[in-house]
Amino acid sequence: SVNTQYFIFELKAELNSDKKEKKKEAVKKVIASMTVGKDVSALFPDVVNCMQTDNLELKKLVYLYLMNYAKSQPDMAIMAVNTFVKDCEDPNPLIRALAVRTMGCIRVDKITEYLCEPLRKCLKDEDPYVRKTAAVCVAKLHDINAQLVEDQGFLDTLKDLISDSNPMVVANAVAALSEIAESHPNSNLLDLNPQSINKLLTALNECTEWGQIFILDCLANYTPRDDRESQSICERVTPRLSHANSAVVLSAVKVLMKFMEMLPKDLDYYGTLLKKLAPPLVTLLSAEPELQYVALRNINLIVQKRPEILKHEMKVFFVKYNDPIYVKLEKLDIMIRLASQANIAQVLAELKEYATEVDVDFVRKAVRAIGRCAIKVEQSAERCVSTLLDLIQTKVNYVVQEAIVVIKDIFRKYPNKYESVIATLCENLDSLDEPEARAAMIWIVGEYAERIDNADELLESFLEGFHDESTQVQLQLLTAIVKLFLKKPTETQELVQQVLSLATQDSDNPDLRDRGYIYWRLLSTDPVAAKEVVLAEKPLISEETDLIEPTLLEELICHIGTLASVYHKPPSAFVEGSRGVQHKRIPIRSGSGESSESQDTGGAPGATEAPAAVIPSQGDLLGDLLNLDLTPPTSTAGAPPGPPMPMGGMDLLGGGLDSLVGGGGSLLTPLSLMGSGFGAPAAVMPSSLNAPVGGGLGDLFDLGGGVGMPMGTFVPPKTLWLPAMKGKGLEIMGTFARRAGVIQMEMTLTNKAMSVMTDFAIQFNRNSFGLAPAGPLQVPTPLSPNQTIDVSLPLNNGGPVMKMEPLNNLQVAVKNNIDVFYFSCQYPISMLFVEDGKMDRQVFLATWKDIPNENEAQFQINDCHLNSDAASNKLQGSNVFTIAKRTVEGQDMLYQSMKLTNGICVLTELRVQTGSPTYTVSDRHTHALWVMIPARAGV
Amino acid sequence: MIGGLFIYNHKGEVLISRVYRDDIGCLSTPYPSWERNAVDAFRVNVIHARQQVRSPVTNIARTSFFHVKRSNIWLAAVTKQNVNAAMVFEFLYKMCDVMTAYFSKISEENIKNNFVLIYELLDEILDFGYPQNSESGALKTFITQQGIKSQVRDKDEQSQITSQVTGQIGWRREGIKYRRNELFLDVLESVNLLMSPQGQVLSAHVSGRVVMKSYLSGMPECKFGMNDKIVIDKQQGKGATSDDSAKSGKQSIAIDDCTFHQCVRLSKFDSERSISFIPPDGDYELMRYRTTKDIILPFRVIPLVREVGRTKLEVKVVIKSNFKASLLAQKIEVRIPTPLNTSGVQVICMKGKAKYKASDNAIVWKIKRMAGMKESQISAEIELLPTNEKKKWTRPPISMNFEVPFAPSGLKVRYLKVFESKLNYSDHDVIKWVRYIGRSGIYETRC
Repeated sequence: SVNTQYFIFELKAELNSDKKEKKKEAVKKVIASMTVGKDVSALFPDVVNCMQTDNLELKKLVYLYLMNYAKSQPDMAIMAVNTFVKDCEDPNPLIRALAVRTMGCIRVDKITEYLCEPLRKCLKDEDPYVRKTAAVCVAKLHDINAQLVEDQGFLDTLKDLISDSNPMVVANAVAALSEIAESHPNSNLLDLNPQSINKLLTALNECTEWGQIFILDCLANYTPRDDRESQSICERVTPRLSHANSAVVLSAVKVLMKFMEMLPKDLDYYGTLLKKLAPPLVTLLSAEPELQYVALRNINLIVQKRPEILKHEMKVFFVKYNDPIYVKLEKLDIMIRLASQANIAQVLAELKEYATEVDVDFVRKAVRAIGRCAIKVEQSAERCVSTLLDLIQTKVNYVVQEAIVVIKDIFRKYPNKYESVIATLCENLDSLDEPEARAAMIWIVGEYAERIDNADELLESFLEGFHDESTQVQLQLLTAIVKLFLKKPTETQELVQQVLSLATQDSDNPDLRDRGYIYWRLLSTDPVAAKEVVLAEKPLISEETDLIEPTLLEELICHIGTLASVYHKPPSAFVEGSRGVQHKRIPIRSGSGESSESQDTGGAPGATEAPAAVIPSQGDLLGDLLNLDLTPPTSTAGAPPGPPMPMGGMDLLGGGLDSLVGGGGSLLTPLSLMGSGFGAPAAVMPSSLNAPVGGGLGDLFDLGGGVGMPMGTFVPPKTLWLPAMKGKGLEIMGTFARRAGVIQMEMTLTNKAMSVMTDFAIQFNRNSFGLAPAGPLQVPTPLSPNQTIDVSLPLNNGGPVMKMEPLNNLQVAVKNNIDVFYFSCQYPISMLFVEDGKMDRQVFLATWKDIPNENEAQFQINDCHLNSDAASNKLQGSNVFTIAKRTVEGQDMLYQSMKLTNGICVLTELRVQTGSPTYTVSDRHTHALWVMIPARAGV
Repeated sequence: MIGGLFIYNHKGEVLISRVYRDDIGCLSTPYPSWERNAVDAFRVNVIHARQQVRSPVTNIARTSFFHVKRSNIWLAAVTKQNVNAAMVFEFLYKMCDVMTAYFSKISEENIKNNFVLIYELLDEILDFGYPQNSESGALKTFITQQGIKSQVRDKDEQSQITSQVTGQIGWRREGIKYRRNELFLDVLESVNLLMSPQGQVLSAHVSGRVVMKSYLSGMPECKFGMNDKIVIDKQQGKGATSDDSAKSGKQSIAIDDCTFHQCVRLSKFDSERSISFIPPDGDYELMRYRTTKDIILPFRVIPLVREVGRTKLEVKVVIKSNFKASLLAQKIEVRIPTPLNTSGVQVICMKGKAKYKASDNAIVWKIKRMAGMKESQISAEIELLPTNEKKKWTRPPISMNFEVPFAPSGLKVRYLKVFESKLNYSDHDVIKWVRYIGRSGIYETRC
């Protein structure tokens, strides 16, 4: 803007003023503008002109400017080089140091070249102030051009500085070398050996607090040769624990924690050292809150690694009313880690106090902590539970939810002890709105279903909004209902059926589907096994929760005091690039097998078991539920057929299995697309329907051009429903037909076994259109080996209805004297088109208009070699009635209606595009456009 | 190491910005996008955040921000590396100390007026993100607010500066002379207490500081002694009479832990438990310590809260002073929290003045002086507005402030010896003053 330009112009004039003071004021203004983010790079030459001055303050300001802008104006930055080089030879050590310090900050290649000589001199300067500055400058240069630093031999000079007489030079050299070494993980740059360590330890006593930190952090990377060396280093580091600077203390703690590992545990000194560590750690808690936070995060690690150090210091972690929230939360964590039988009464009293505070996070954590105490200290469990119950009585929503979550864990830890409180928990069912709490409550209901009279009602209430629940809740609900079913099978079949199909058919969450299928399969193949698996005695949960994984903990101990210890993450998790990728390890005392032993407690025994079998074929998936509570299924082999099975007994035959079996393209039949408009009439149809026409109506056309089909309902050829392999010798081929208004299930039964088969019976699972056998299965028995018979079973649609996927899926159980066999098959939707489906024209027109557009679906049928009239006739045979026909621009439009057994009407518009004017069947290639509109039931 | 340091005002405007490392943004363009992004990210995520600070270290886009707040000024150190977190905070505090030493209060105005000085300091005390000597005493010898002074220096003076800045005794310059060698020693203790309503001590500790003002010539060697139980027991072991031991044993105190100014030779303390040092000139904190055993709790608070129906509370609080009757406590203040729905308060107190402060949600009872072994009482009736809030009022603890002329830990200074071998003054010539002040830290009684 004009203003800025004017401002710059004015500054330019002032910078070139003859008066020193005016110049300085102008540079100050430039720096001030720079700070607030104004671009003052245009003034580069004018500012650099001010550089040659004996006014140190002005020089510093110009240098500050240079550091900021040099990179954007590399050519002009060269202008400054001469002054730098000259300043590096200034008699005043402060100026020499200033020059070398600033030059290192100017990251311009051309300048870097000029930096080498001055730097070399400064590294050997007589003044320690210049040397300590030059030491850091090597690290700067290395960051710009590592190769140059190596080529110029600066690394060796830097190493020499470790033996410098001035402690600050040593400290800065250590800092620079440590940083450079980090980017060369395998170099022996630091070359720590007993001699150099000795030098570092000597400098440690003399240098500034910051230098002590650099040295201690460097020492922590050293691995002593033996326990003696380890002890002697520890002895020389322990005095640092009394330093006023918390960072010095923490870095000393890091060295001690690491090297202690190498000391024999029976050594007196080992015990002494442990005792010495506690007081300084406690003292850190009287530092400023930010440091307290860092200290607490580290203490959290230390307590996990060596609980004995602070076991008597519980009280210092009590929360103060005015602590910042981050300090409170961390203290709480440590309190739980330190909780033991000895102090539990005090801890609980505190926690109860905290649970009434204001901050929601803190209160939640306090409630959770009470639960963790119960789990950790058995003697306190009862008191904890009663405290939690008191808290539940407060009815503060988040307190109640948190309490329920922890009570679940308490149940797991102490089975059959505190279940009397379940009733109280159930009272709060309605107030639970957080997934974790809902899941916990559901778990409790499922786990203790046999003690809760209305467990089924409770669980059913959750089931209503199944799809709105979070995965956590859905999974828990699935498991809980299966548990309930296994415990009370007679009353809960519907419920388990419902949840299994919700999980497997309507959910797109793979975890949920998988778990659903596994339960299903378990229940169907081997209910006894299911019981053993699902109701297995659960391993007790461990006392300590939230422990950091041991290898990570070891690594974090090596990073005490650093950001990694604050985040509880390895540096590689938050540092970019090569730095921090190295994983640090605690040295291990030679001959001690301790740490390797502790490693193998981790692997769960089940982890190595063979992977689950491949996807089962359909027969396997369906199981005998009736046998569930009796004995394994094999024992029913010789049982008499008995009375017809009740419908409910078969409810477990599920849908969705077919998608496992892999029905290919037939999974998405055109009519199945109507599905959503059928269960819930107003539902929106999927808008992109590019699925090819497979089973359903398409079949009518496919066969249209085929060989001598009798007029009347289309009957697909028989397909293999139950292979002999799955049917213990019984093979079933079958199809469906509509004959004289009755749907017939036509089957060919073949006995491929060696023995006769008798006592046939059949049952259907609930299905989309309520299909059910109209009578018993009439098989002339016995069916001898190798004998084949055709049977026809009339069906009606008076059975229970449940939407299946695909819509026309039917799950069937056939029983004989050998076993019960399960299979599923799909019936052509056209079986369901009733004879009186022809609609009045006026009605058709009105209905067409009434049906909302979103209920409309379109798709194409290819390769249909029929003209419109032939198609119309063909369809009529399958009870698809043509109401009207129009011809527009060579396109035949057929308006058709059909009615399903359940009263649903389907209206269609069939457009037949005639490709050529001559009606030659063979040549005609017709594309038909279908428009299907599912109507409301009852139209 | 520290990649950059920013100072913001409470609005989130940048007052000072110094970048040390490229990794937090490149230095090439005047204010490169990253740096501005980081500056903005911090403003948006921390300064302007709705809720209170949940952690003093904030990670935004793989960049860590360490922040502290002084009045309404934010200091933020920024890094992308795994830095020593404790060091960064210690450095930020030190930075505050240095700024305070130069221009007293850290305020937006002072920072704006001294921005050149601050840049100069930042250049000196952080090099490539590594903290360097940050003792304000040493810094003041060569970074001054009057620029001209830095010019008129001879070579000796220059090397004296550099050797002090880098030296083993970086906290003291040579050639200090006083006509009167004088020492002021303050034992300042804050006594902390958390007590249950029933009068059970839940936790109590004293955190103490020994603060000195030394006006001593030359490079004096000092030795400080107190009634540290470990030292006394050791001396008794060397054959003190039983009478002595009984006497001194009673007086010695167990110190849980102590930390020292960097002038104290830590290795000597570790091996001999003696505190020897060459003191800085002027004010400094020699040591900090903590004790938890046998603490004298100067006051006992006995609360009685009774809820009368849903709209009234009756509160009665008794305080008892528990120290020698000849001593006087001062600046006594008792804060009794009141519920948020308080509509009116009536107070009667025997001593001092009591007021209901609606803005603080508390009754504040102030007593100017109170002798030892006395007790006083306040009673109040609190009227409450009826609310339909389900959650019960959670009673915050009753807190107390006071000042007493003794050390609640029982600490006694036994000696402070001064030796200066080069100059001719002896320990006897030094005038020494010792003072004990005990103050309340967090002194709370739950009710």
